[in-house]
Amino acid sequence: MEEKAKPYMNPYLAGILMGLLLLLTVFITGRGLGASGAIKGVVVKTVNTIAPTHAENSVFYKNYTQSNNGNPLRNWLVFEVIGVIIGAFVSGLISNRNGFKLEKGPKVTNRTRIAGAILGGLLFGLGSQFGRGCTSGAALSGMAVMSLGGIITMFSIFGSAYAFAFFFRKLWIKK
Amino acid sequence: MGPLVPTIIGNEFNLLIGLFIGFAFGFILEQAGFSTTKKLVGLFYGYDFTVLKVFFTAGITAMIGIVALAHWDLIDLNMIYINPTFLWSAIVGGAIMGLGFIIGGFCPGTSVCAASIGKVDAMFFLLGSFIGILIFGEMYPAFEKLYLAKNLGAARIDKIMGISSELFAFLMSLMAVAAFYFTQKIENNVNKIKTEISKSQRNKYIALAVLPFIILLFITILPSQDEVVQKRIADAKEQKKCVFHEINADKLLTEMINNYYKINLIDVRSPEAYSEYHIPLAINIPLDSIFNRDFENYFKQTYKKNIFYADQDTIVKMACLSAKHIGKSDNMILNISTTEFRNIVYNIENPGIEATKQEHNLFHFRKDAGEKLLKLDQVMNKFNTIPVKTKVNKLGGCS
Repeated sequence: MEEKAKPYMNPYLAGILMGLLLLLTVFITGRGLGASGAIKGVVVKTVNTIAPTHAENSVFYKNYTQSNNGNPLRNWLVFEVIGVIIGAFVSGLISNRNGFKLEKGPKVTNRTRIAGAILGGLLFGLGSQFGRGCTSGAALSGMAVMSLGGIITMFSIFGSAYAFAFFFRKLWIKK
Repeated sequence: MGPLVPTIIGNEFNLLIGLFIGFAFGFILEQAGFSTTKKLVGLFYGYDFTVLKVFFTAGITAMIGIVALAHWDLIDLNMIYINPTFLWSAIVGGAIMGLGFIIGGFCPGTSVCAASIGKVDAMFFLLGSFIGILIFGEMYPAFEKLYLAKNLGAARIDKIMGISSELFAFLMSLMAVAAFYFTQKIENNVNKIKTEISKSQRNKYIALAVLPFIILLFITILPSQDEVVQKRIADAKEQKKCVFHEINADKLLTEMINNYYKINLIDVRSPEAYSEYHIPLAINIPLDSIFNRDFENYFKQTYKKNIFYADQDTIVKMACLSAKHIGKSDNMILNISTTEFRNIVYNIENPGIEATKQEHNLFHFRKDAGEKLLKLDQVMNKFNTIPVKTKVNKLGGCS
């Protein structure tokens, strides 16, 4: 990228826009935004394809497939996340931020960063199943509709991240 | 009115809408800076609170918006997906996610964004998420007990706290504004800088911080749509002003026997009273559930006549007025109570030899008509004309 990346949007403006989008989403569809659910759709579809008998015998995959009328990818969240991919790409294009890059803390090797990303993703994926949603589906959308569980999950996510932040500081900052 | 899915917009078209909503979501996330771990993790080390600002502002905006829409009856909260609460699972899940956040530097939504603009670390994070969900799926039997423990259903925090949704939104807004103010101070301390903001900029921020409270104040002061409607319906003056088309028992009998298919005979008493006794062919829509969406088709159609009856004059009039609020259906009310109807049609006695011919005719008419009506009721019951409550599947969240 020759040109310099454009600055980010004012956080409050971005927040209001995102809030209005979430409101519109609830008004039209009766549900909130989400992300981890789409990954779940891909997971279930993969298991259904690779090991159909195994999926048939497992409650977790079977329930999900059934609640999506037999096709785990015909799910609202899967379509929404496809939209996210396009939307983020277009935004990156406009603001000159697209390009392959491995981002990491100043004292971290590439290998550590990749291992951390995979492990972090693994934990987030696992946790999102217990929490019945991630930061978008449980915390943000849950907060908007005043769901008790969503708000508990939100505080739990951020509380836990703050509690562990000190121990993993070497991954991200110089100190 | 809202939500538009599935009554106004079909489930198939909804998928396409999802694509567009996702586009906007991804665009805003990326513009806000959620596609880099530097900004995301900054929240936990105090050098960048962007995530908190965006997240909280979005949550409050949507929350107040929903409170306002519900207040003016533009959205039916009963049709909205409220994430169910399984207490222990929510806490444990959140704690695991928090750990994942600090090790991986992303959450699922932001990793999708970051991967879309080419962040390699985000792609590995997504791979990890895939494995994590797979592990949960494979080990589900072991997790099931924790996963389903302490089910509180679709609990809402304002209800649990025993406060109005307006008050809860107020408290959250207060918390958010305070958090924005203090985190800005922390951020400046950590980065060892002093933010210079111009006077006009500062005024803008103050106006923005006051805005949610003003909106909430308006919502609290102004009567809700429900209150307005209920007041108008219960108002005796309104009831007098409104011309009610009344129908008497004999006319009803004639109409029912000859044109039953053009009539909805609606019993607006309680389900208990209805099951104890009701006029043959009548359906039951209790007064307090007239505004239920399940029944709105009865009051929005124009090809069948609605005839209401109850035991009290005011109740039947309130039902009729309610129906007028919902739609343009042709509504009438039976001018006598259920018991009276029963007495003059089904408990009628032969007037005897001394009675006039007119009285005899009436007796025979009512007796025959009553029997015919009963027979019709039996036949129709076979076709199950009782309104079946449509079940709407509320889907949502990430599950």
